[in-house]
Amino acid sequence: MENTIVKAENYNSYFGDNHVVKDVNISINKNEVIAVMGPSGCGKTTFLRGINRMHELIPGATSKGKILLDGENVYDMNAIYVRAKIGMVFQRPNPFPNLSIYENVIAGYLLNGIKVSKADKDVIVERSLTSAALWKEVKDSLHKKGTFLSGGQQQRLCIARAIAMQPELILFDEPTSALDPISTSSVEALFHELKANYTLIIVTHNMQQAARVSDRTAFFYMGELVEFDDTKQMFTNPADQRTQNYITGRFS
Amino acid sequence: MTPLENEITALKKELVSMWILVQSQLNKSKEAMVNFDKDLAREVLIKEKRVNSYELKIDRDCENIFALHCPVAIDLRFLLAALKINTNLERIGDIAAGIALYVVESTVNFDVDAMEKTSLIRMYDEAINILIDTRTAFEKEDTVLARSIFKRDDVLDDINVAAPVSVGELIKADISSLPEALYILSVIRKLERVGDQAKNIAEEIIFYVEAKILKHFESSQMGNTEIED
Repeated sequence: MENTIVKAENYNSYFGDNHVVKDVNISINKNEVIAVMGPSGCGKTTFLRGINRMHELIPGATSKGKILLDGENVYDMNAIYVRAKIGMVFQRPNPFPNLSIYENVIAGYLLNGIKVSKADKDVIVERSLTSAALWKEVKDSLHKKGTFLSGGQQQRLCIARAIAMQPELILFDEPTSALDPISTSSVEALFHELKANYTLIIVTHNMQQAARVSDRTAFFYMGELVEFDDTKQMFTNPADQRTQNYITGRFS
Repeated sequence: MTPLENEITALKKELVSMWILVQSQLNKSKEAMVNFDKDLAREVLIKEKRVNSYELKIDRDCENIFALHCPVAIDLRFLLAALKINTNLERIGDIAAGIALYVVESTVNFDVDAMEKTSLIRMYDEAINILIDTRTAFEKEDTVLARSIFKRDDVLDDINVAAPVSVGELIKADISSLPEALYILSVIRKLERVGDQAKNIAEEIIFYVEAKILKHFESSQMGNTEIED
């Protein structure tokens, strides 16, 4: 499909002999918000980390199959380039504690030794913080440490840091599980805004969050992609009995 | 069972209790009419308050389950169906009470022969049977039985369509039977509405069990054929 940004073809992940993600085939379109849900240990985070080649950083972790980004296999690309093109936000907000808000946003450039003029840095910082719905709150304290911010603000700072690299795709691994409901709500509202320019894949344990924020939802169980469909369809009439059992809490 | 499953089981039991009460109301209104039993008719009017209480309680329970459990998939469909079935049953309760009120207010006796000639008794029996079968379909999640309701509602519609002629003949035969004939016509109109409510209930049962929406389809399409989502 022309609109496809990322596609997994017979993708498998392993931790040593443990087969964690099994033969996943999935096609994700540009500017979509995709929720990935499933019980603990179902392989959803491992799959996510396979997309930007973070899985291979774990000793003994391997993978097989293809992850195509704009038609090109990420496993044939430079891993650093892949991670710049595919940003990631984690469960706990993790701004660099020794860097200011400003430096945190451009950390991707600083750490990769990419030279950018002061004027361009200013533009990147303002644009990224605006996109992350944080600019108004921090514009007068850009040189304070990122860790002075609240949990929700820190998570939005991490999103701004990911956006600064102008990725095509942003991966979120349970991005609000460490946040209070108000911060969660602000991050969820941000997903709707980010969708205009980015494709988002969000791993979440919170089914209501998956229902609220995503266009399509993928359900993983025991390493398999059981069902991938429009979120409305998944939450009103899922095709697979396992999906229905999971979302209605009847999973044994 | 999960807390949500417990809530849904309790709600289902409550709906069935309401169903049995409404069924009994319809039955008693028939008996009151056939036997011109004003006391029984008054009992129906008093018990109408219980039907209303059930409606309010079930509405409130559904609201609480939505707020506290965020149901999805089959649970969500069940609750949406339960809300609508609740309204349909309450309206059938209103119809039974409306007929009972005719019996209480009427100064003329209802002639069983006239009720036979206008097919009123047959219509009453069919309406009660349809209501019983929708309950069975609901309890057993039997969509085949639910689908059979659509055809059987046609029987009630046919009697209703023929009513002006059959009631007109009663009046022509004996002009003094005019008040009684008009009551009979009104009851036929009300029973036709019972069929409509039962049909709505059958649609909700199919929606709940199969996630298929049958609203606004012709009954000839609904009975046998597969309708797309």
